[in-house]
Amino acid sequence: MSSQPRLVEVRKNVLKQNDLVARELRQRFHEAGVCVVSLVSSPGAGKTALLEKTLALLKPDFRVAALVGDLATENDAARLARAQVPVKQITTGTLCHLEAAMVRDALENWIPDRLDLLFVENVGNLVCPSSYDLGEDLRLVLLSVTEGEDKPLKYPTIFNTADAAIVTKMDLAAAVEFDASLAECNIQRMRPGMPILKVSAKTGDGINVWLNYLAQVRSEKLNKS
Amino acid sequence: MEASASASVRLRRFVNSMHELSIAVSIVELAEEESAQRGNAHINAVYLKLGVLAGVVKDALLSSWELACEGSSVAGARLVVEEIPATVYCPVCLGPRSLPSTQWFACSECGNPVSQVLQGRELEVAALEIQE
Repeated sequence: MSSQPRLVEVRKNVLKQNDLVARELRQRFHEAGVCVVSLVSSPGAGKTALLEKTLALLKPDFRVAALVGDLATENDAARLARAQVPVKQITTGTLCHLEAAMVRDALENWIPDRLDLLFVENVGNLVCPSSYDLGEDLRLVLLSVTEGEDKPLKYPTIFNTADAAIVTKMDLAAAVEFDASLAECNIQRMRPGMPILKVSAKTGDGINVWLNYLAQVRSEKLNKS
Repeated sequence: MEASASASVRLRRFVNSMHELSIAVSIVELAEEESAQRGNAHINAVYLKLGVLAGVVKDALLSSWELACEGSSVAGARLVVEEIPATVYCPVCLGPRSLPSTQWFACSECGNPVSQVLQGRELEVAALEIQE
């Protein structure tokens, strides 16, 4: 190390490896005609409950499957399997988010031949998943009414990088004095024009609108192909 | 100040930095790759461009750096972070504008909602200071 230090230009995205894999995945999904929807939220916002209901209701009309990320347990996968659709667990261990390579590896020798919709449930976390592209067509962020209206302000990046927001547990809205218009206003501040759907997986309120929205996203994707 | 922080404060800081730690590990991997391509050049410093909308906290990243470098060929290198402010395109003003805050996607001049981000999402290794 006798030479003088010198500065060399690099200009590379830190997550380029993930972005590369995500791009490959997106291409693969595109060729297979699969619409991929990912779900992110804080722990306990109701991703699994919404998916459970969604998979069961979509099953008669669509070929659906789900990949579910969890730190340690297989409880969520077991719950989703009740809908009798293909479900695969990705146990992330200590990692607080899914990465594109984990989705790719999970799909090895698993993905059913033909699929209309694939759901990817991320680990419950509103920080880490925002940086990692999974090759999805649609990223949904869930906000449950019990979390408070200001969640979007606390986690601007995840709300800004999502394509649509789902307000969950609407059956509890009155009990927790949830101010829906304030929550919607905060979501719009993070991502102007973002579609917002309000649902209750328990009572089924808003579920039809949500299913129609999914069908619309899927047909838009297919029309683009 | 570091020495006077209580164990619980330090622990909380660590737990809150999990995201930044995994980002720091990715920076180390990228720097190692670049060093290998240059005949395993020794790295003195890594220059990072970090957009304020990237979702990565600068202080948490800096405090994760040493741990992320440990046992790698980058160990001992400095991490120099340049924060990039948010610039958005305002469809009303028809030009680049700033945001009133990172929690409000509106034009700071006219208040119109904005969604096109021109700058501020960077998470990029801009340069390395190396010694062959």
